[in-house]
Order: sequence, then structure tokens, then C-alpha cells
Amino acid sequence: MGRSFGTGEFLFLLKAIPSTLLLSLGALAGGAIVGLFVAILRIVPSRPLRWLATSYIGLFQGTPVLMQLFVTYYGLAVLFKIQVDAWPAVLLAFSLYSGAFLGEIWRGSIEAIPRAQWEAAECLSLGFPKQLWYVILLQAARISIPPTVGFAVQLIKNTSIAAIIGFVELTRAGQLMTNATFEPMIVYPIVAALYFILCWPLSLVAQTLERHIDAALGIKQHF
Amino acid sequence: MNYVFQFNVVWDHLPELLEGALLTIQLSATAMALGLLVAIVCAYGKSAGPPPVRWLVAAYVELIRNTPFLVQIFIFYFSLPVIGIRLTANTAALVAMTVNLGAYAAEIVRAGIEAIPHGQVEAARALGLKRLQIFRFIIIFPALKTVYPALASQFILLMLSSSVVSTISAVELTAITNSLASTTFRSFEFYFVATGLYLAMALGFRAGLGAIYWAVFQRGRTA
Repeated sequence: MGRSFGTGEFLFLLKAIPSTLLLSLGALAGGAIVGLFVAILRIVPSRPLRWLATSYIGLFQGTPVLMQLFVTYYGLAVLFKIQVDAWPAVLLAFSLYSGAFLGEIWRGSIEAIPRAQWEAAECLSLGFPKQLWYVILLQAARISIPPTVGFAVQLIKNTSIAAIIGFVELTRAGQLMTNATFEPMIVYPIVAALYFILCWPLSLVAQTLERHIDAALGIKQHF
Repeated sequence: MNYVFQFNVVWDHLPELLEGALLTIQLSATAMALGLLVAIVCAYGKSAGPPPVRWLVAAYVELIRNTPFLVQIFIFYFSLPVIGIRLTANTAALVAMTVNLGAYAAEIVRAGIEAIPHGQVEAARALGLKRLQIFRFIIIFPALKTVYPALASQFILLMLSSSVVSTISAVELTAITNSLASTTFRSFEFYFVATGLYLAMALGFRAGLGAIYWAVFQRGRTA
């Protein structure tokens, strides 16, 4: 008989959590940069630029994350003629993916700012970039917090897909421990519970914040 | 960079890829229908059931929404056989997709139900309709109509996330792409084309779901 599932195996799973969190945070940071560009390009006066941002969002929201991961992974391998390490490929793929979703979320937040704010800024003879920077963005940032936290939950869950190309994070650690102990009925529910512990508090925070901000904006509560 | 792209290999295997796409469409469409059914039952339970039922539905929804789909698949395929429930890969995939969609869609349908003006329910009660009759004839139809766009987006997300069921050897587009990529050594080309197929399917589903909306909710109505 092989190993059975004990404290050592449980610690192995716990030690994989930082990889999951690090990947999620990295992708969130990368996605924030991409997403800010995408959100702004979606609302600039120039039509071709808006179209470019719309296609970017359509492409990344219309294809599976797994495929984006494969194309990035093998694409980098083709580009550099060597099999690259999993880290850069996974980080790049998840950043591009997050950028599309955050871009769309943040565009929504920007558009939720009343038109009069733009007009008032224009009356002060600010140009488009200054209107955006000094008047709109900070107000929009407040509205964007709950859906952004909600997306972070989605991102943490989706980083599990990196396990498929061999990147060692929580799910991959679960696979490894299952192979070592032959106890999937113990390992996978524990892995699921660990994800739940990471994600549930964030989900609750997102819900609470949403209620606060809806109340502040005077949006009617249905629930 | 002196890698030579060879897309003609992909072209030769296009029939197999299209067959995979068809399997993905079948799998997703079945899961959508079953998942919607689960969602409607859960939404009814959560808005009209006794407290234990409400609590149970809430637990189901929170558990599924705060754990990764990939881990859920692993539990259905690898963990359940330990307690004697043995599913084939494609059945496990279908069950996992249904259970996953059921939780997300239940929240969406519930939002639709709560948006129904209370006067409607009171009027129905005044006419002597029973609880289930009120749900069946007064509530569910307009509720589904209100939240249809959100449901359609969730359906498409499900179709895209079906690509990860290839990890439990369920046969669909990603699994077929994996095997073709590894036998021809043209990974990048195959994944690139498969990504395009997924994009086409996402657009196709969006159009199809739009047509269903028109056929179910708009036809023969003046308002």
C-alpha cells in the first residue's frame, strides 16, 4: 500500500495556497493595467479605438480560459524556440483574460457616472484626458469596487485551470496528493473546502459593499 | 524566430475538430436544459419553501459558487466512485456542468422572481390559485423573461468552461484537440484553430439563444 492521507499530505495542500494567491494577485495586477487601457479605449471619442477594445473583450470573453492558456503557453514556446517555464505563460494568459473582464466592469462603472459630471468638467475647459483623470475616474473607482472583488473570486477559482498545464497550485497539489494516496474522496473535498475558505469571505465582502454603494447611489433595493 | 507555421495539418484534421465542436454543443445544450430545470426548482424552493429547504438551497448555491469548476469535476469523476457511484467520463462531465449551472442560474432566476411586483401574486391569490399554480402561471414566465440576458451569458460561460472536462477524458472539442496536437506536434496551430471554433460557437450560441428568446417571449405578443 502507498501513503495514506495524514498531516504531511494536508500540509502539502496548504503550502500550495500561496501559489494560488500569488498567481491570482499577479493576474489581478496585470489585468488592472490591461483593463484600465481597455476601459478607457471603450469610451474614447475615436471609433476605431473603441472597436479595437470591443474586439479584445469579445475575443477573451468568447473563448475558454483553457484555450487562452494553451495558445499563450505554446505561443511563447514558438516565439522563444524553447519550452518556457509555466509561470510567465500562466501569468500572461491570466492577465490578458482579467484585463478583458476588468475592462468591461470598469467601463460600466465609468458610464454609471452621471453625464452632468462630464459636462461640468467640460465647462471648466478641461480636455478629455483631464476630465477623465480629475473628475470621473475617482468617482468611478468607488462604484467599481464590489464587482472587482466579485471578479477576484472568479479569478481565484479559474487559476485552478493552470493545473492542467502542470503549474503547481492548490488544484495541482490535490492531483499530486490523490496520485500518491489514492484517496480522492478525502483529497478533493479538502481542496474544495480550502478554495471555499479563500473565496467565500470575498464573496460576502462583495455583496456587502454592493449594498452600501447601491444605498449611497439611491438605487432601489429588491432583495 | 524561425518556426514555420503549418496550418495545412490542421486543415487535414478539420472534420475531426468539427466533430469535437458538435460534441461540445450537444454536451453544453443538454447541460443548459437540465441546469435551467435545477435552477427553477431551486429558485422556487428558496423563495417559497420552508426554512430548511431555503437553507439547503442557499448552501448548495454558495458551495458551488465559491469552489472551482475543475475541482467539482474531479469530485464527480474521481471521488464519487469511492462511495460506489461510478459515472462514465461524459456522464460525470454532464452532471458536473448541470450542478454547476444550476447553482449560478438559481441565483439569477431568484432575482427575476423577486422583481415580480407583489400585486401580481396577491391578485392571483385573490383568484384562488394555489401556491404552485401561482408559480407556474403567474411568476415564472415573466421572471425568466426579465433575467433572460443574464441567463444567456451564464449559458455561454458554461459552454466555454466545458473545455476543462477534457481533463477527466470526457470527449469534446478540447480533448480531440489535445490528442491531435500531441500526435502531430503542431500544438500552437491546433489550439489556435480550436480557440477560433470556440469563439464561433460562443457567437452561435448567442444568436441561437436570441432566437429562442424571440420564439418564446416575443412571438404573438403586441407589447
